[in-house]
This record gives sequence, structure tokens and C-alpha cells, in this order.
Amino acid sequence: MKNYITVIGLEVHAELKTKTKAFCSCSTEFGAEPNTHVCPVCLGMPGALPVLNKRVVEFAIRAGLALNCDIQKFNKMDRKNYFYPDLAKNYQISQWDEPICLGGHIDIRVNGEKKRIGITRIHMEEDAGKLVHSGLTISTSDYSAVDYNRAGVPLIEIVSEPDMRSAAEARAYMEQLKAILEYTDVCDCKMQEGSLRCDANISVMPEGTTEFGTRAEIKNLNSFRALERAIEYEVERQIEIVEDGGHVVQETRTWDDANGVTLSMRSKEEAHDYRYFPEPDLVPVNLDQAWIDEIKATLPELPSARKERLLAEDVPEDNADIIVASKKVADYFDAGTKATKNLKALSNWLIGDVAGYLNAEGIEIDDPEFRITPDHLGELVNLIDKGVLSSKLAKQVFAEMLKENEAPEALVKKLGLEQVSDAGELGKLVDEVIAANPQSIADFKAGKKKALGFLVGQIMKATHGKANPGMVNKMLMEKLQ
Amino acid sequence: MKLYESTVHELHEQLQNKQLSSVELTKAVYDRIDEVEEKIGAYVTLDKENALAQAAKVDAMIAAGETIKPLAGIPGAIKDNISTKGLRTTCSSHILDNFIPVYDAHVIANLRKDETIFLGKTNMDEFAMGSTTETSYMKKTHNAWNLDCVPGGSSGGSAAAIAAGEAIWSLGSDTGGSIRQPASFNGVVGIKPTYGRVSRYGCVAFASSLDQIGPITRDVTDAAIVLNTICGVDAHDSTSLPVDVPDFTKALRQDVKGLRIGLPKEYFGEGIDAKVKEQIMLAVEKYKELGAEIVEVSLPHTEYAVITYYIIAPAEASANLARYDGVRYGYRNKEAKSAPEMTKLSRTEGFGSEVKRRIMLGTYVLSSGYYDAYYKKAMQVRTLIRKDFDEAFRKVDVLLTPTSPVVAYPMDGKIAMDPLAIYMLDVTTIPVNMAGLPGISIPCGFTDGMPVGLQLIGKALDEETLLRAAYTFEQATDFHKAAAPLGGNK
Amino acid sequence: MKVTEKDVKYIAALSRLEISEAEMPKFTEQFNQILNYADILQKVDTTGIEPTFSILPLYNVLREDVPQEGVAHEDALKNAPAVHNDGFKVPRVIE
Repeated sequence: MKNYITVIGLEVHAELKTKTKAFCSCSTEFGAEPNTHVCPVCLGMPGALPVLNKRVVEFAIRAGLALNCDIQKFNKMDRKNYFYPDLAKNYQISQWDEPICLGGHIDIRVNGEKKRIGITRIHMEEDAGKLVHSGLTISTSDYSAVDYNRAGVPLIEIVSEPDMRSAAEARAYMEQLKAILEYTDVCDCKMQEGSLRCDANISVMPEGTTEFGTRAEIKNLNSFRALERAIEYEVERQIEIVEDGGHVVQETRTWDDANGVTLSMRSKEEAHDYRYFPEPDLVPVNLDQAWIDEIKATLPELPSARKERLLAEDVPEDNADIIVASKKVADYFDAGTKATKNLKALSNWLIGDVAGYLNAEGIEIDDPEFRITPDHLGELVNLIDKGVLSSKLAKQVFAEMLKENEAPEALVKKLGLEQVSDAGELGKLVDEVIAANPQSIADFKAGKKKALGFLVGQIMKATHGKANPGMVNKMLMEKLQ
Repeated sequence: MKLYESTVHELHEQLQNKQLSSVELTKAVYDRIDEVEEKIGAYVTLDKENALAQAAKVDAMIAAGETIKPLAGIPGAIKDNISTKGLRTTCSSHILDNFIPVYDAHVIANLRKDETIFLGKTNMDEFAMGSTTETSYMKKTHNAWNLDCVPGGSSGGSAAAIAAGEAIWSLGSDTGGSIRQPASFNGVVGIKPTYGRVSRYGCVAFASSLDQIGPITRDVTDAAIVLNTICGVDAHDSTSLPVDVPDFTKALRQDVKGLRIGLPKEYFGEGIDAKVKEQIMLAVEKYKELGAEIVEVSLPHTEYAVITYYIIAPAEASANLARYDGVRYGYRNKEAKSAPEMTKLSRTEGFGSEVKRRIMLGTYVLSSGYYDAYYKKAMQVRTLIRKDFDEAFRKVDVLLTPTSPVVAYPMDGKIAMDPLAIYMLDVTTIPVNMAGLPGISIPCGFTDGMPVGLQLIGKALDEETLLRAAYTFEQATDFHKAAAPLGGNK
Repeated sequence: MKVTEKDVKYIAALSRLEISEAEMPKFTEQFNQILNYADILQKVDTTGIEPTFSILPLYNVLREDVPQEGVAHEDALKNAPAVHNDGFKVPRVIE
């Protein structure tokens, strides 16, 4: 078998976090009763007309700037024509030949290696409604019900260059893109609610050749895991076809998560011919440089810059990558740095115990169920650094902090967990233990270093683990030598 | 004079002076409808109960001593492609024959604020696609001057209603001449305002970049009165112009001295009926007499206007009419086993053949491989057509042309036989829509008993000069006073 | 002939319409008649001419992002040919 190169490009749809829809004043709120956030415009009633939401343009510019794009001054909208029951007008208002953003990029890191992924374009468009099927899937349903609450919700479509060469790169790109959209606050990026959706264009070509293979477009990738699995499956499928002497068909496929396969969506429908033309119901938008500059000035620190800052503050790179990938986590971390100077330790706690807890509970860091404030986590780190707590005791305090929102110092007192570091008290204990264990002393003096551990253990046992282990060690050594 | 033959401005005075009640007037018009509607067929839907209730309300306001608006209490008719909340709006199409809008068009909301009265909804070519009202799914509308003839179209019902005394004023819509040509065929006044003057919100879209709502009335004064109410910027229509609306009745002065009137030579060449031309030239003489200066001008791209229109309008229509899919409203084929089949059958059974022809023509010119050759080319030629007008308006204040090269012709289903021949007759009105300019048609004579219409075309947003020129001619002639005989062999 | 009956069928399918076999010859003929007439446009030199995308001197008509009441749920569904679970009911979406 030959070696193959995988070529991946992603088309990502992000719902913009506006209060109202793209072309009418209906609410964009998620999860309302069917057909309650609708009006003549988004229902495609005869005679209704669209009016563009200013914030949609603003958010598209914001995203474009954050993704290093050139913002195009002249903008017009176009109609994309196709029939589907969830598309109220049976055309989608979108941008065809003059998208608002061109030519950006995202830098990703996979296995320690940096790579730049190009962004071809970003354009503004409207979302369609939702079909609720009578059966389990679209093909087993006898009928469906259309809910137009989502119809007209603004989207940006971010189209990458075919620059990715593996599922891991695609995932890294998607994670980085999600982080940037979160940081810029243009999208809430809830993949499970569909506010961030991804289609992947995938092809394979034999190593040594330069021409891309025929691509398939995979839809319905609702999680990072689905994206990775679908790419891995699809690459294997395509290689198999080519190896068997066949040809990959250019088509749209859907990811079947339950069965872990991609399936052809080809129906007997005619070929797609979207018949784009300029939307005559809207006038062009000419962007003013002053407005673009104003938006630029309000851009927050982006994940890449934040990472550089963390690295400069001695946070290990792996930790930094994980922290900056989520704006919420990064903001939590930043808040924690106000309470402690030991950022390395803080980052370890965050990606270790904190992340472990959140994953287990299936909640996010800003969930009220998670009771540890950034200040308290920082203080916990400080208590260890000051020798008040051993790392073992710290875990106990941490567990307690998860139960009640109280400062770690208070909890230490409440639980009586304060470490015994008083030299007088410890000296007395050391003397007692030496007196009570002559055999161990003899063993130690005979060269059995293990005996020391036993003696330390005896002291820890006597203090219920609260003795400062470092001091106990040191004092025992002094007495025995 | 009969009440139903009166003008808005005459009736307004009588109402305000309590010489007449709105209920009395409204009943008189409904009586007239009862009398002649069978011959004319102007209406798709009547709304007598609500109309009389509204009339009573206006009468109460007058009794209470209120000063009423010029259109208050005066019954008018609305073309059936303008959305009226709670009142069936069909576009004279089977696909919408049970459709009850849930919102008012912007113009309807404005008219309601002025306490006017809606008699009902008028017949039209299906989705405004046609120039005879024969493509209506609902019924045939007859010309009040000769019942065997078409009323023109697509606003045939709105124009016939005025000519036959079935309404005091009416609204039409004009995409390629659909107000002016039926006004001309029926011996009444019709204005297509500047594109963007009147909100299109609630006007069921045919060709978005060309559609414009306007009044059809008995005289120029009434047209100015209706314009005053319907014009103005609307936040729901991105293409409505944020400009002040003047009081158009102030423009009604008898004065064309020194007004430069251009005669575009391309509108007077072959294709124009000799008898129509004769009447138009008499009108030109009249304007000279009244002190206007007549200048010959050229609009060299006129010959391309018709085909340019029949590419752009169907292209836009193919998308605008895609929403009639049987999902949310309108006709649905209930036997279909799948949604795509349901949509296909609903559209196939719900649309008439002219609508289908235009949807498909539009689909074709936008489809992959043909966009540049047809659609883009037409959009470029549209630019040249606009530039022709810019050039002409450097030399003149208004342009004068026949509204239609012909007078109303017999109803014989010509359109089904030879659509292109009928399309060609729109050559005098189409360029005005292409350039977004205001145009008015006023009566200027008769040939063989059928009215001839004179078209005046103005600069963008200069409806005032247009109204002044039209008013001056009207006041110097009697053509607008002639009553239609409702004769013919029908 | 610019378009054949096969082309007309394809255009009809794109338009979600059906032209019956009986109508087809005449429909195709009329379609061709109009398209043939469109050939006169080729006489016009449009080199460097901007297409008229908008006839208005208008730009940047934008709306503030402030929610407003739409139509009531009952009104939204008032004209629906079929309703199921507060939605517009359609037969199976895949043929």
C-alpha cells in the first residue's frame, strides 16, 4: 500500500450572539416553544422584507479582525436559491462573490509543532429553521414539523484553506477557532446546541503527487470528537476506494455518530445550482474605516497573545494551551493570579484537580455548582507554599472547598488540618518515637535507610498526618547522626 | 353628478361640511358595485361589513366636530397583492386563494391611520404578471369603455373600478407599467412614484428592484392626495428613501410656462398605433399652447428595455415566488407522499401558465452557465438605460410619451398565443421602472371610443413637476370628465 | 434552438414545477422565442459597464439590535395547511 496525504478544509458556521435575528427583530433566544419567535419576515410571508441587523455586521468584522482577515469595505448580500421546508423563503440571504472578510489565518500547535492554517473567507448569512421528525431519523420519518424560531438567526461561515493534513490538525484548528470566537464574544460556541457547526471537506492523494484527490463533504459534525472520528473514518474509506482502483465520488456525506460511519446524502434530487444573485431587497453596506478601527480597539486579548503572556509567567506550555483554549478557564486563571504568585502551581491545580472535577460533573467552570472561586484556589496554593498544608492535606481541603464556598484557611481551621510545624512540639514527638523504637534506630544505624521512613510514618500517624514532613525528616536525621 | 363618479377632493368637502355621510357614500358605491360588477369583474373580494363599520366611525368623528384627513371616510379599492391584515389577499392566484394576511402593508397602515375605507380587493394579473388582467385565476375583468376589451394590467381591477364607478380611488402596483397602462386603457389617472418613495413592505413581491405601489384616481388632484398618505420612509423597507415627503397638492398649479418637455424619438417610431400617436401629438400641441418648450431627445437604449426587463423581472420573481411551497400557507397538494413532491405539485397546480413561464425564464437566466450571458448582461444594459435618462434630463424637465403604443384591445387570449408580442407592448412603460423614475398616465383623448393615455416621466423624486405638468394639461382639457359607457357585446 | 425539452425539464425541476408532456412542445417553443429575442442584447457593448445592483443612492440601511414582538403563535400557524406539535407539518422530507 502506498502512503497517502490527507487534505482537509473546514467550513464552520457560527451563530452570532445577537439579541435579534439577522433581518428581523425577532428574538434569537434558544429553546423557546416552536414558532414563537417568528414574524412575517422570518416566516417568509408574502410581501415581507428584510432589514439588516447592524450588530451582525459588527460581529462579522470583529471575528474577521480576530482571525487576521482583510475586511472588505464594499458589502452586498445575495440570494442563494434552493428548496427545503426549513428555509422559509426557499432562498437564503447570504454573501456570494463579495464576502465581508478575506484571507486570514489561525496558528495551531500539534505535537509541539506550530502550523499556520489559512482562512479563505468569512461571510454573513441567515440560519434556516429546524425540522422535527416524527421518527428517529429523517429517512425513517413519515412526516416532520417545521419550527422557524431559528430561521433568520445570523451566522458567519468561516471557510478555511485546505491546509490541514490530519484529524488532529483539524481538531486543533477547530479548538483554536472556537476559542477565538469565544474570546471575541461573537458566538456562544455551544456545539451541542448547534450554535457552532462544522462541515469538513476531505480528500486523499498518494504521497509524491501534487494534485488533490476528489473531495467529499462531511456534514453533521457536532463535537470535536465527531470531527476527529469522522475524518479518520472518511480517510480510511477513501484510501480503500483508491487502493481498490476506484474513484472517490464528489458528494455530500453525513456523519452517523452512533455507528461511527459517514453515509452518502445523495438523493435523486437534481444537481445543486444555487442561482446566486444580488439581494434586491437590501442595499449595499459600505464600511467606514473609522468603524472598523473602533471595533479593532475593543478586541480583547486573543488566545495566542494570552498564551505568550502565560509562558512569560512560567506556566508550562501544555498547561497554557489548555487554559487559553477556553476563555472561561483563562479568565478564571487570570482572576486566580490576583491571589497567588505561584502561577505554575495554580495552572497545575486548574488543569488537574479542577478540570477533573468539572469533567466528572459534566459542568463548566462558570457553573454555580462549582463553588471554588479563583481567589480561594490561589489561597490554597499559597497555603501549600507557606508550608501550612502538605499537598496531601491540600487535596483534603480542596475536596471540602468543592462542598462549600469558604476560604481554604477557614476550612483548614475548621477541620483542624493545620500542619504542625512547631519545632518544640515536633522535637518532643521525635524524642518519643526514638525512645519507643530502638530496633529501628539500630537498623538505621546499620545502614537500612528504610527505617527512617518508618519512623517518619510513626510521627505522621501520631499527628493524624499534620506534622510537617520536611521538618520531621530533618529533625530525625539530626538526632540520629 | 353621481356620488360614485365623484372625486376624493369633492367628496372630502361634502363629508367635512356634513352635506354627506360616509355611510351614505359607501353604500352608494356598494350599490354601484351591485349594479355593474357582474359586467366589469373588478373585485376579487369585497369587505362591505367592515367598510360600513369604518364609515360609521368616520361619521361619528365628523359629528364630534373633528377635522378629518382628506381620505377619511372615502371608499377606495386595493389591488389584491397588497397585504391587508385579516382580509384575504390572493394576488389573483390559486396558490393564495385562501390566504389571510396577519399583517398590514405599510401603505395600508398609513391609510388606516387616515381613517379611509377599504371596499375590497381588486382583480389583477396573477402575481402582477401580465398586462391584460387575463392571467388572473379568479375572474375576467372587463374594460368599462368596451366590455369586450381588456382593462389592461396588471392593476386591471383597480383601474376598471375607477372607470366604472366602483371605487372613488384605488391602489395599484407597477413593475413594468402595471399602474400606468391600465390607467391609460381606462381613461383614468395613474402614478408610479419614484422607486423608494413608497414602502414596498406588504406589497407581495414580483420583481423587488422594480415594484412600486401607486394610486389610480379620477384626476390628478386625487392622485396627489393619495400620494400624500402612502409616501414616506419605512423602517421595514431597506429600499425606501429617507427623504421628506412634500405636500403634493401644493404642486398642483396651472403653469407649464418655460417647462422643457422632451419627446424621446424612440417612443414615436414604428410600433406605435397611428391614431394613438395622433392624440399624443395633439397633446404636445396643447402643451406648446400652454407655454411649454418642446424638445426632441433620444433614449438610445430603449429598444433593449423590454428584453432587459424580461430577464431581470423573471430572475427576481423566480426567487420571490419560491416561498409558495405549500408549507406555511396557501394551496397544498394533499396527496403528495414527500415534501419535495408536495411542493412541486402544489406549485404546478397552484400557479398559472404565465407565472410558470416567468419563474422558469428567471431560473434559466440565473442558472449556472447562463448568468453572465443573460442576467449580468441585462443588469449592465439596465445601467445604460438609466444613463440615457440622466442624459435626457440634462436637457429637459419632463419627458412625454404615449403610455401605451395601443389602446385597450379585445380579450382574445392573445397572451397564450404569443407572449412575446404582448411583452413588446410594454416598451413605453418598462424603461421608467428600469431607471426607478416617477411616471404618470393621464387621459389625453380617444380613438374609436377608447381612451388614450399620455405618459409623463420625471426626474427621480420630482413627482411635483410631474403633477404640475399633468394638472395643467388636465385643467385645460375635459378628457378626465368623460364617463365610461359600459357598452359592448358582452 | 437555445433550449431543448430536456433543458426545459431540468429548469422545471430546479423551479419545483412540472410541465406536462402535452404542454411541453409549445412551452419549449415560446421559451426559445424569448431567448432568441434576447440575442439583440449581444449588439450592446457593455465593456466596463457596471451592472445596476441597486438603483438607489442608498447605503448602510441597518437596524439596531433591539428585539420586538413578532406575530402571535396562533397567527403564525393560522394559514398553515397542516399543523403538528405547534409546527408546520410536512410529509417526509426525503423522497
